[in-house]
Amino acid sequence: MPAILEVNNLVKNYGSFNAVKGISFEIMQGEIFSLLGPNGAGKTTTISMLSTLYTPTRGDASVCGHSITKEPMAVKNCIGVVPQDLALYEDLTARENLVFWGQMYGLSGKTLKTRVDEVLEQTGLLDKAKQKIKTYSGGMKRRINIGVGLLHHPKLLFMDEPTVGIDPQSRRSILDSVKELNRGGMTVLYTTHYMEEAQELSNRVGIIDHGELIAIGTQEELTKSVGETDTLVLHVGEDTDPQNLAFEVRKLQGVIKAEVTDHEVTIITPSAEELLAQAVSFANNLGIKIHSIDIREPNLEAVFLNLTGRALRD
Amino acid sequence: MKKLLLIAIKDLKLAFRDRASLIFMLLAPFALTLGLGLVTGSFSGGSDSGISDIPVVVVDEDGSYLGNALVEMMKSEELADLLEPQFMDDLSAARQLVDDNKAVAAIYIPKGFTESIIPLNSYSVSDQTLQIELYGNPTSPTSLGIVKSILEQFMSVVETNRIRNEVTVSQFLENGIIDQTQIAGIALNIGMEQMTTVVDSSSSIKLNNVTADGKEVEFNMLGVLAPGMALMFLMYTVTFGGRSLLVEQNSGTLPRLLVSPSSSIQVLGGKVLGIFITGVVQMLILIIGTSLLFGLNWGDPLALVVLILVAVLAATSWGILLAASFKTPGQISNVGSALMLIFGILSGGFFSVSNMADWVQVLTRISPNRWGLDAFTTLAMGGSINSILGPIIALVIMACILFLVSVILFNRRGIGKR
Repeated sequence: MPAILEVNNLVKNYGSFNAVKGISFEIMQGEIFSLLGPNGAGKTTTISMLSTLYTPTRGDASVCGHSITKEPMAVKNCIGVVPQDLALYEDLTARENLVFWGQMYGLSGKTLKTRVDEVLEQTGLLDKAKQKIKTYSGGMKRRINIGVGLLHHPKLLFMDEPTVGIDPQSRRSILDSVKELNRGGMTVLYTTHYMEEAQELSNRVGIIDHGELIAIGTQEELTKSVGETDTLVLHVGEDTDPQNLAFEVRKLQGVIKAEVTDHEVTIITPSAEELLAQAVSFANNLGIKIHSIDIREPNLEAVFLNLTGRALRD
Repeated sequence: MKKLLLIAIKDLKLAFRDRASLIFMLLAPFALTLGLGLVTGSFSGGSDSGISDIPVVVVDEDGSYLGNALVEMMKSEELADLLEPQFMDDLSAARQLVDDNKAVAAIYIPKGFTESIIPLNSYSVSDQTLQIELYGNPTSPTSLGIVKSILEQFMSVVETNRIRNEVTVSQFLENGIIDQTQIAGIALNIGMEQMTTVVDSSSSIKLNNVTADGKEVEFNMLGVLAPGMALMFLMYTVTFGGRSLLVEQNSGTLPRLLVSPSSSIQVLGGKVLGIFITGVVQMLILIIGTSLLFGLNWGDPLALVVLILVAVLAATSWGILLAASFKTPGQISNVGSALMLIFGILSGGFFSVSNMADWVQVLTRISPNRWGLDAFTTLAMGGSINSILGPIIALVIMACILFLVSVILFNRRGIGKR
């Protein structure tokens, strides 16, 4: 498959702050590529540059064969954008919103009507099409927000954290629709800070932190890079400080990393089962009550922790 | 152009779906026009101006021809509805009535006033003309303005007669009709004859207006109130429009517009067009509404349309300037509301600004309301497009300058960037 997106050393500075520090990657036609990183990592800035909203400080990218700096209008015609925030007119109905945005993408007449009906059908909101957006639930608004990005059948769809702040049912529906769109041939660049979403959706993942792309590859390639390690997560009580426990655990043989996030101690180790008894014993000695224990197979969370020394939610 | 229109029509739809906006755009100007119209008696069919029985105190120490003429004029039937004169001998008591808000003005005619203008004999020629004093109550600027205007017209007639008198006497002298010894007597006779003219001049002191072609048009206070209110609330509409640009930026719809296949010029142009069309629709509704409800005559329809377009254009440029100058919708709302009131006051729609200091009058010219109100009033009084060319050009220049400044500011900070 040829590359539909090629990013070359893209940089974005705001004064002395470097939001994106020279990232480069490619997305092949027909794949779902996730940019995984914590809040403030530079995901939205990257998408904003690729969608021509922000001008890069340095570097360039080619979208559908067009330069984002030299041919922005050609790029805009090729892409669809689903922004992180709901970008809809609350005092217009769902149909009015779709008609307006469809017209902004050059649709008209019968094509426009057909596409609006199809999107309403696709989002399951055909029967509520005449209601104003402000009467919709958060999940319904999210679905229409995505629908707007699909109206003109873009070749490449940018989805910027589309599941933030919604209920599990709507989240499930959105993830299923992303997979459905991809099965229909649409290429998707998906940004998220939820490891599970990146794992479920992506053919390939780019891990971004502090404006730098620190790892890229398939899920298998990335997890292999941290070796055959397990992740052991100890959930402790809210009234206890897990820092002492992490400090003690780090002294144990076979511990690669032990980090504290909220009320959890996340330990990377070649064998979680072997370490478990000792860790619990340390906790008892320190008077720290363990509420629950998770043992996870190698995953992207472990990759991120291994690469940055921090958990994704930090 | 199609995308500009799409954005503009969407904004028009949103503006007219917002109940709070509708109240400010349409209901408030109607209600205030109606309320002020009732307060000023514009619906009562009484005085033409809607203002009547202005309490005035006159102290005449002159007691001679001109003093008497002024007193007679104040008592005349023509001014009976408008003025309620009271005659006193004590100047300080008269001033006290004004200070106590019991009179709008005290007119003091000093002793020797007539003689300082018309020498009654050859020995009484004065080097200095004595002046009538107007002691006014600043809390009633409109009524005070009317009294001042009556006095000015009286003095204008007196001055005209004096000059005519001087010319007549000098011509008599040059032609040998009279000699030096007869000058004083002749001047006195002519002066006395002209006193009748002065008294009769009260018939011309009415708040009526005459058009350039001599047609008399009735002055209606609503003709000032309605455009004043329409222009003031037009400023609300353009503020709301300018604010919508930042609201769209914060809500994410502006960035979404900018990543659609549209240039930033198209998006900004669409927003400007949206504010402009909303303003024009608002003005048309108010003008048609006040014509139907209050029977107001707004004047020449063609000139009116041109004036509406340029007035809304200038107001729109203020709305865009606000959007380009401030960072949050709240800031625009606060500054816009203040600007709406300041421009409303400076327009002269609430009281006459002609009585104010020169620098205030210059200041009023930064407001599109002042130029607009001048032009609307001129049209309502029978003026044509030619008679409002000055305000039209001023409004267009204002719009060009403010749009240019706004574009520079937008270029500096970027549109849709967060």
